[in-house]
Parts: sequence; C-alpha cells; structure tokens
Amino acid sequence: MDLNYTPEEEAFRQEVRDFLKENLSEELATKVRNGRELNKQDMESWHATLQSRSWLAVTWPAEYGGPGWDAVQRHIFDEELALANAPRTVPFGLAMLGPVLIKFGTEEQKATILPRILSGEDWWCQGYSEPGAGSDLASLKTRAVRDGDHYVINGQKTWTTLGQFADKIFCLVRTSTEGKPQQGISFVLVDINTPGIEMRPIKLIEGGFEVNEVFFTDVRVPVSNLVGEENMGWTIAKYLLGHERTNIAGVGASSEALNQLKALARKVKRNGAPLAKDPLFAAKVAEVEIDLEAMRLTNLRMLFGSSDAQGSVSSMLKIKGTVIRQAINDLSRRALGPAAAPFPSEEVIGNYGVAPAEAATNAANYFNNRKLSIFGGSNEIQRNIITKETFGA
Amino acid sequence: MDFTPTEDRRMIADSFRRFLADKFPAERRNEIAYEGACHDADAWAGLAELGILGALVSEEDGGFGGAGFDITTVFEEAGRALCPEPLLGNLLALRLYAAHGKADRVEAIIAGAEKAAFGFDETDSFGDLAEISAKADGDTLTGRKTVVYGGQAADWLLVAAKTAAGKLGLYEVKASDAEVLSYPMIDGGGAAEIVLDKTPATCLSDDAEAAIEAALDAGRLALCAEAVGAMDVLKDMTRDYLMQRQQFGRPIATFQALQHRLVDFSIEIEQARSIVIYAAGHMDADERALAVAKAKNLIGRAGKLVAEECIQMHGGIGMTWEYAGSHYAKRLIMIDHQLGDTEDQLRKVMALTDISVAA
Repeated sequence: MDLNYTPEEEAFRQEVRDFLKENLSEELATKVRNGRELNKQDMESWHATLQSRSWLAVTWPAEYGGPGWDAVQRHIFDEELALANAPRTVPFGLAMLGPVLIKFGTEEQKATILPRILSGEDWWCQGYSEPGAGSDLASLKTRAVRDGDHYVINGQKTWTTLGQFADKIFCLVRTSTEGKPQQGISFVLVDINTPGIEMRPIKLIEGGFEVNEVFFTDVRVPVSNLVGEENMGWTIAKYLLGHERTNIAGVGASSEALNQLKALARKVKRNGAPLAKDPLFAAKVAEVEIDLEAMRLTNLRMLFGSSDAQGSVSSMLKIKGTVIRQAINDLSRRALGPAAAPFPSEEVIGNYGVAPAEAATNAANYFNNRKLSIFGGSNEIQRNIITKETFGA
Repeated sequence: MDFTPTEDRRMIADSFRRFLADKFPAERRNEIAYEGACHDADAWAGLAELGILGALVSEEDGGFGGAGFDITTVFEEAGRALCPEPLLGNLLALRLYAAHGKADRVEAIIAGAEKAAFGFDETDSFGDLAEISAKADGDTLTGRKTVVYGGQAADWLLVAAKTAAGKLGLYEVKASDAEVLSYPMIDGGGAAEIVLDKTPATCLSDDAEAAIEAALDAGRLALCAEAVGAMDVLKDMTRDYLMQRQQFGRPIATFQALQHRLVDFSIEIEQARSIVIYAAGHMDADERALAVAKAKNLIGRAGKLVAEECIQMHGGIGMTWEYAGSHYAKRLIMIDHQLGDTEDQLRKVMALTDISVAA
C-alpha cells in the first residue's frame, strides 16, 4: 500500500499546472467558475490551446496525435483542469468518435477524419438516443436502407448535445430487422449539411439550450461512411460507452464545486452570521466532503488497477460520482436562500447583484445537473450492469 | 501509488482467516461471544502464536507491525469472522503501553501471557475526555469506568483519570485490585464496569491526553476495518440468499427492486473500503485525527445501511438468532456505538475543517 504519487507523477502535475497558469485566461476560467454558458468560440479556442501542446485528444495514442499518456496521467490532467476551472473539452469527437475510428475505422477514415477533429475543422455530435429508445437503446428505429452506393436514412434522434454547433454527426441506425434488436444496428457518419436533416433545439428545464432533436428525411449517405461492418454498430456503441472511464467519477470537478460551496458559505449570511457558522449546514457539507474523499480513493483504486471488479467499479463511480455532484449542487443552491430565485440573465447577474456573481447560476446549475444521473447510461442502467456482475447472470 | 497489500500482510490475513474459520464456526462463536468471560483461552493463545497481537505494535516498540495497514489487516479478518475475542481492548492497551515505554508489558501481551484493557469512558463523559471525573490521589484511583472493552478478561487495566493538577493522566491498575462487573455485549464479546475506590494504581503518565487520542484513533481505525470485513461477508450472504430464496416461482434475486438495493449498499461498501485505506495511510500523518474521523463517520453510515438492508432483504430469517447474518448485522450497528458514533465523528470533522475559515 502506498497512497503517494511518484516524483514523476508529481512533476507531471506541476507541468500541467504551469501550462494552465500560462495558457488558461482568467476571463475563461472565471466564466467556468461562475457557471456561465460557454459559446462556440470559447470552446474552440480552448481546444486550440490544448492542441498547441498536443494535449487535446488525451486518450489517443501518440501516432494519431494524442499525448500517449497512461490512465494516471490522464487522471492528473483531468483533476488539474477541473481545479483550475478550465472548460471541459467537448467529448464527441475527442473521447467518443476518435477512439472508435482508431479501433474500427478504415485507414482512410482515420487519415481524413482524425486530423480534422484535432484541428477543430469538424465539430462532431452524437446521434444515439431516439424518442422511443433511451435506456433501451437497442430498440432504436431510425432506418438506413441501402440504395446503390448510399444509405437512405429516415427517422429521428434526440438529446443531441451541442448539435447546434456541429458539422458532422455519428449515428446508430437500423440496417436490419432480423434477429435480436442489437444485431441489426450500424454505425454511420453523416455530414450535418446533407439535405433532409433538420436540427431543432430543445429548451431545458433551466432555460438553456444544449440538446437538440435531429430529424432525418431521405438523407443520402455514402456507404463509405459506414464504420466497421454493417450490423456491427452495437459492438461499436458498447466500446464507445465503455472506453473512457477514468474521469467518470468527476472527482476533480466535484472537489472544485465543493471549494466554491465553502467559499460561498463564508460569504453569504444567514441568521446574522456567515452560513458557514451554521452547524446544520456545515454538517451537510462535511458529510459530502467525506463521501467525496472516499470516492477519490475508490477512483484511484480503479485507476491503479487494484480492484477485482473493474467493470462494476466504473458503474459504481458513475452512480456515486453523480450523486455527490448533485448533492453539492443542491447545497450550493440552498446556500443562497431567496437569492437563488432570479432567472440568471446578463442583466440580473451584471447589474442587480442579488447573489454573488459566481453563484448567480447556482439554481440553474442545480436544475441542469439533474441530467448527470440520467445521461451516459442512467444510474438505474448502471445498477443493472452491476447486478449482472453480482449475480453472474 | 499502489493498493496491493504487502506479501507479509497477505500472509497474516490468510493465516488469521484460516485460524478464525477453524476456531469460531458460527455456533461456537456464539457460545464464546455470550458466555462466561466471552473469551477462549486456547484461541487467544493461538492467535498470539500466529503473531496477531505482535502485528499491532511497531518493531521499535517490541512488535513487528504497528502501521495503519497492519491494524486494518488484522481487524478486517476479525470482522469477517465476528471474532469475539478482546482484540480491541488489547489493541488500545498495547498502543498505550508502547507509547509509554512499557516494553515488558507489551512483550507479555504480544506473547498472550497477559491481557489488558483500557478504561476511559464514564457515564457522564461520553465523547469528551475533558469530562472524565475519575481521580488520582497519591498512589490510588477513585472513580468508575463504563463499558470497558475486554475488561472482563483483563489482567491489567489502564485507566484514564484526572491528576491532582487537573490533567489527564494514565494509570495502571491490577484487575484483581478493582471491582470488575463483567457482562457480554448485545453483539457478542465482553466488557466490564470497573469500580475504583482508593484502588492502588501506578502512574504511567501525568499528561497522557495526546497518547490516549492516538490510541483511540488506532482503535477507531480497527473498528472501521472490522466493519468492512463484516460488511463483505454480510453482502455475500445476502447475495447468496437472494439467489436461493424462491417466491412467486422465481429467485427473489430476479426482482429489480432488490437488485438495485443490493447495488446501492455495495457501492457504500466500496466507499467504506476506500476510506479505511485512506485513514490507514494517514495514521502517522498530521491529518490522522481528521482522516480517522472521516472514516468512522462513513463507516457508521454505511454499516447501518448494510445491516438494515440485509436484515430486510432476508425477511424473517434475518431476524433469527440462528441465522449468522443477524449477528453480522448486530455487530455493524454496534460498531457505531464504540469510540464515538457517526455524529461524534462528524462534529470532529467539522471542528477540524472549520469551513468558516478559508483554507
């Protein structure tokens, strides 16, 4: 047993810190810290900054332009970025499609698509869920019918995150109705500007726009845009979902959120004293902090390969990580009392000053982060995965 | 970073596990745990011979372990077997004797030749050593110590008492010189009330508060590890029961309502295992008290969840004395009552990490 990082790992952490100090602007970090919406340019410029050091596609092998890090380095990197309030990178090209192409793509697909993800030329989005296929993803109905050198796609995708910025979409489509539902699914790449595609925004509970519906009407896609073989899309989908799990617990992000919660509790007053002095509130904060400490270790145990149940541990981390994050969001909202109420427009935040600027979006973030236990395989689906492992069925 | 146990600790765990399985099958365990001195002399001699007691003390103090991970290795196995022997009391005593250079006593306890216990709680002092009212007067002690773990089977009693100067002192009393009222505990194992009335005592320290806190933290860590061992076993029993028990024509393990509950407490068991590793790794660090308090708070919450859920998911059978699982559940609940409960630990965490002060 040894709970310390090696000197090499500590040196790497310092390297990341130095990089962030030099390259993460105070303006951007403040925006992230204050929970403000990032625009397309914010995200693209942050990607370019990371790519200038080849630190963008952290899971890619060096030969494809990744940094060639191991899981521990990626963990340290994620943690430092979160603690510095750097934007999270947009995962669809980097953490999802990239690894899929590296594993299943043709040489031509890799050569043409991967560099454009790194350069930011292509913004990818995800076409997985459908109105009738959420947790039961294999029941998806969007059809792709072969017509010469093309597939003709008809159907509807939904919950497509940041689709409004996207140039391309990777989709799971049904290419066969034979056999089990999982057996007739294919993974195809589609240019968002192909005639017949319509993207409609979905307004979310807190008023924000980050997800979309995507409608496909007789959309013609070259057969060469198929990834892997026809009808092996489910294998690819599972690979994609299971690929990058080192950051699934979001320990760094929760740690930073907890730091901010404590700072807020020192700033706001309740019953004539700083909220941080209220033992009932402080007890709730302490309990979350303890759970987070344990989860940090659970995460490290998985990273350093000591666990005998890697698969179910990552599902455990997804459940516990989201529950902890949501508990912090809950306390961060409650810390504001009545001041959590104003709908956070520019004017309200900039001029009215009801809540501290860094906390003005706390209620909105609380509502928005209810998504955490729903997306990426809902927490109930994670429980099913763990159950399978527990009972060996 | 490395989460693999050392070869030595793995060997201790393996041999102790085999030993406990042999000495304390469920029925025999309950006989020992609730009758007489709640202690089996042969078993004690055997575990001393295995080096279990020596593992609880550092080499320079006469043992061959003593680190946080040595303590957790021993007590996790004790928890897996619901070992009723007075390990906790002797751990506390060993740490205090070692801290005060009493090499002869350490040697005798490690060899299994003598046993000791540590009396600190009084009925009006729970959770606060400053409230202790037992007092030293010259070479004697007067006062009453309550629920002294292992006190029923001890040759020597270490006692925390106020010195004439009002400090917290540490004294040694020969058990046969004190009035010892023994009883079994509800979850098995023994304890005693120690009544002292101008009882002859030897002073080991007239300012022992820091040493006592350190020993109690070692005890808390031990209890946390014991809980993890017990939780592991109880989880396995519950899983097996769900697969075997048939209702509505199928194993109740096929019901999602039960599956998800089992998952939820399994997650807490992993969290518990993690926080014990964290605390064990900080036993010799400045953050020892904070790390241990965090661990015991989480263990208290997880232990209650696991115990209550496992009883519930077993249905009536989980309520019976005959079923071994019920005894694991009892132990998990009662661990929270020892050396400061969930709320006590939370108060300590809050005091040590005062969020009203910027870090």
